[in-house]
Amino acid sequence: MPGARKRALGTPALGSGLALGYLSIIVLVPLAAVAAKAADGGWHHFWQVAWNREARAALELTFELAGGVVAINAVTGTALAWTLVRDEFPGKRLVNTLIDLPFALPTIVAGLTLLALYGPTGGIGVDVAYTRWGVLMALLFVTLPFVVRTVQPVLIELDRDMEEAAASLGAGRFTVFRRIVFPHLLPALLSGVTLAFARAIGEFGAVILIAGNLPFKTEVASLYVFEHINSDDPTGASALAMLMLVISFGLLFAVGALRRWATRHDR
Amino acid sequence: MTARRGIRAFSLGYLAIILVAPVGLIFWRAFEHGIHPFWAAISNANAVHALKLTLEITAVVVPLNTAFGILCALAIVRHRIPGMGFVNALVDLPLALSPVVVGLALYLLYGRDGWFGHWLLGHGVQVLFALPSMVLATTFVSLPFVVREVVPVLREIGTQQEEAAATLGASALTTFRRITLPAIRWAVSYGVVLTTARSVGEFGAVSIVSGGIAGRTQTLTQYVQASYENFDQTGAYAASVLLAMLAITTLLLMTVVRRGDRSS
Amino acid sequence: MAIEARNVTKRFGDFLALDDVSISVESGSLTGLLGPSGSGKSTLLRVIAGLETPDVGEVFISGKEATAVAPQKRGVGFVFQHYAPFTHMTVWDNIAFGLSIRRRPKEEIHARVTELLELVQLNGLGKRYPSQLSGGQRQRMALARALAAEPELLLLDEPFGALDARVRKELREWLLRLHDEMHVTTIFVTHDQEEALEVADNVVVMNAGRVEQVAPPRELYDEPANPFVMSFVGPVNRLGEAWVRPHDIEITHEPNGVAQEAQVERIVRLGFEVRVDLVRDDGERLHVQLTRNEAEVLELAPSDIVYVRTRVERTFNENGEPTRPAPSSVS
Repeated sequence: MPGARKRALGTPALGSGLALGYLSIIVLVPLAAVAAKAADGGWHHFWQVAWNREARAALELTFELAGGVVAINAVTGTALAWTLVRDEFPGKRLVNTLIDLPFALPTIVAGLTLLALYGPTGGIGVDVAYTRWGVLMALLFVTLPFVVRTVQPVLIELDRDMEEAAASLGAGRFTVFRRIVFPHLLPALLSGVTLAFARAIGEFGAVILIAGNLPFKTEVASLYVFEHINSDDPTGASALAMLMLVISFGLLFAVGALRRWATRHDR
Repeated sequence: MTARRGIRAFSLGYLAIILVAPVGLIFWRAFEHGIHPFWAAISNANAVHALKLTLEITAVVVPLNTAFGILCALAIVRHRIPGMGFVNALVDLPLALSPVVVGLALYLLYGRDGWFGHWLLGHGVQVLFALPSMVLATTFVSLPFVVREVVPVLREIGTQQEEAAATLGASALTTFRRITLPAIRWAVSYGVVLTTARSVGEFGAVSIVSGGIAGRTQTLTQYVQASYENFDQTGAYAASVLLAMLAITTLLLMTVVRRGDRSS
Repeated sequence: MAIEARNVTKRFGDFLALDDVSISVESGSLTGLLGPSGSGKSTLLRVIAGLETPDVGEVFISGKEATAVAPQKRGVGFVFQHYAPFTHMTVWDNIAFGLSIRRRPKEEIHARVTELLELVQLNGLGKRYPSQLSGGQRQRMALARALAAEPELLLLDEPFGALDARVRKELREWLLRLHDEMHVTTIFVTHDQEEALEVADNVVVMNAGRVEQVAPPRELYDEPANPFVMSFVGPVNRLGEAWVRPHDIEITHEPNGVAQEAQVERIVRLGFEVRVDLVRDDGERLHVQLTRNEAEVLELAPSDIVYVRTRVERTFNENGEPTRPAPSSVS
């Protein structure tokens, strides 16, 4: 089929070649350089460098915070989606647009705004600067839209008939949510959560000002990599960067698999 | 119904705490003493240069990623090349990857001992700590948007219109120009808006490759950080507000494009 | 424009869509490609149009080999099942497309499009967008668009399949009239045997990638080449070895000679036609078609015991070939 169609529509293979070439130069080759540097000196060396105390602490902290962020987003994201779909109030459309703000706002600005309000000069008696709470809040800011935007369309499409049927059979409101609505939301929720997780693991700009980058305390993986580039230790940076790259790929794969699982009934 | 009100209070309260209050405060702080200090802060030489540099980079990156984005989307949807799953993953990767990894990758590639850097520097071409690397970094991170918007639209419209055009005598190029392109114009527009926003907001990767020399290789986002770290809070807030206003413009454009798409 | 396909074979992965298909279409004729889903009829049409290339075999257009010629150069007008409208262009621009590609002068385009809008009865709708038209209107637009550049061959892929019954009938008649006026060689694909029999001069019956029979409608119905064609082209009763059309079964209240006994199960009156379902005493079910008048005369009621006799039977041997019909009997 492809061969015939190409001739019929005349779409040049040249275009595909150009596209692939572009992708290679911009994305593939640079990442290969990271892999090469990380493997520089062999596997044993890689693990020695990647698994030093500071790197391990950074990675652990990153996972902890990302896990916390994701758990919070699962709840707040669903609540926000629910409010936007099922509720009515003045200014709802404005709120809906605001949800996308973290996508549009530069991360450094996001971090600065949080620091301004919840830092030493905030004036509200709260100071999370240089603490893990600060980093957590920064991550919550940038991951806010993910769960909302994956759950929202599912809620919109959800057939109310099912809920009404359940209610007519005697199910209370919470039971209806738990047994009827939630199972339908689950794949979308997991998708959103995975995307949020991937974003939280790699976040840099929002975190850098508020974290202060104290090793073992607020130094997350991205800050570790940054520090080690600046102190002329590209090998150390590459080792952790390589791990982050593999994790990112893995998470992308997971999102794809989730999507296929979620639509298995549609095929 | 109190359950609904409760959920509303909870979700809107969360939004206020995490998002609205902090951003609102920045605007307040920037204009606290009137518009004059704000204006002064963003019209100093370094700030202006930073803004110009950011816009220059964006002006290169957006057309590049738009043109190649459309090509990539066509390749992904219309051509069953083996390994298309991998290509898809490559396109989506910038969304899931930390910008510092991107910066590191370019740093390794174009540095003194890098695969390309060695040769390029030998021929007098400066990539790192100069505009080219900043463009490459920004291109990487903003690559997915046009592709991801166009792919589902291309899939949905199928090939029938293009086949019809072929039977009516249109060459491949004409078909692309008159049939395919108009069909994806809203998807492309939306992708362009997102790409632009991402380019303007890029910070992590660019920080690593550019060196951030004020007045030379410092983008507006880097200017925010540098100002804050040099205790110039007014400058940092002013530049932040400028960037926030660009972000809000982006949001408005997104809404406009979405509405335009729905009505067509 | 005469069309010929010789030994065309086409595979899609593991699926064999066309298996050594050869047909010949006379210039100016109206040919139907008839068959169930998956029979290969659409694939054959697309091969003729140049939208698919055969793995084996050749296509000849007006005597010249055209197998590798691009669809742009074949002078073919193609109408798709779901119309494939250019959704972002007005009806006018859709119809004008083929002409604007060929860079015809503005006045010529204007005249031709106006003429076509009139022909397909869409006058006044030129400024609308396809999404604002009904299904039938969209299909007429697609036809006008295909005809605009004066193709020598018109191909229609299940053109009326997506429309409701009344509109379908109207468009069928309309296509016939159009063909009578314009005499463009036309080939259309359908799975609806009534449509094929009503519209086409010649019908190509296809099944599982092969041609079963090529014949004018009457011959197809009266002299089917094999069991498949017989059962596809009209309803049929199988009585042991014999194949009998519902209107070739006679019902009487009295046995006369070789008639066999049967009980009336159901009577359905469909206007002119009356359908009677019967059960023979050996359990075989029969479906009989009577005219209104015949039914009135008989005054049948459910549970009546009656006698049935066949007027015409067809039989086929193990190769599916027809054998001489046996004299009227009951088997």
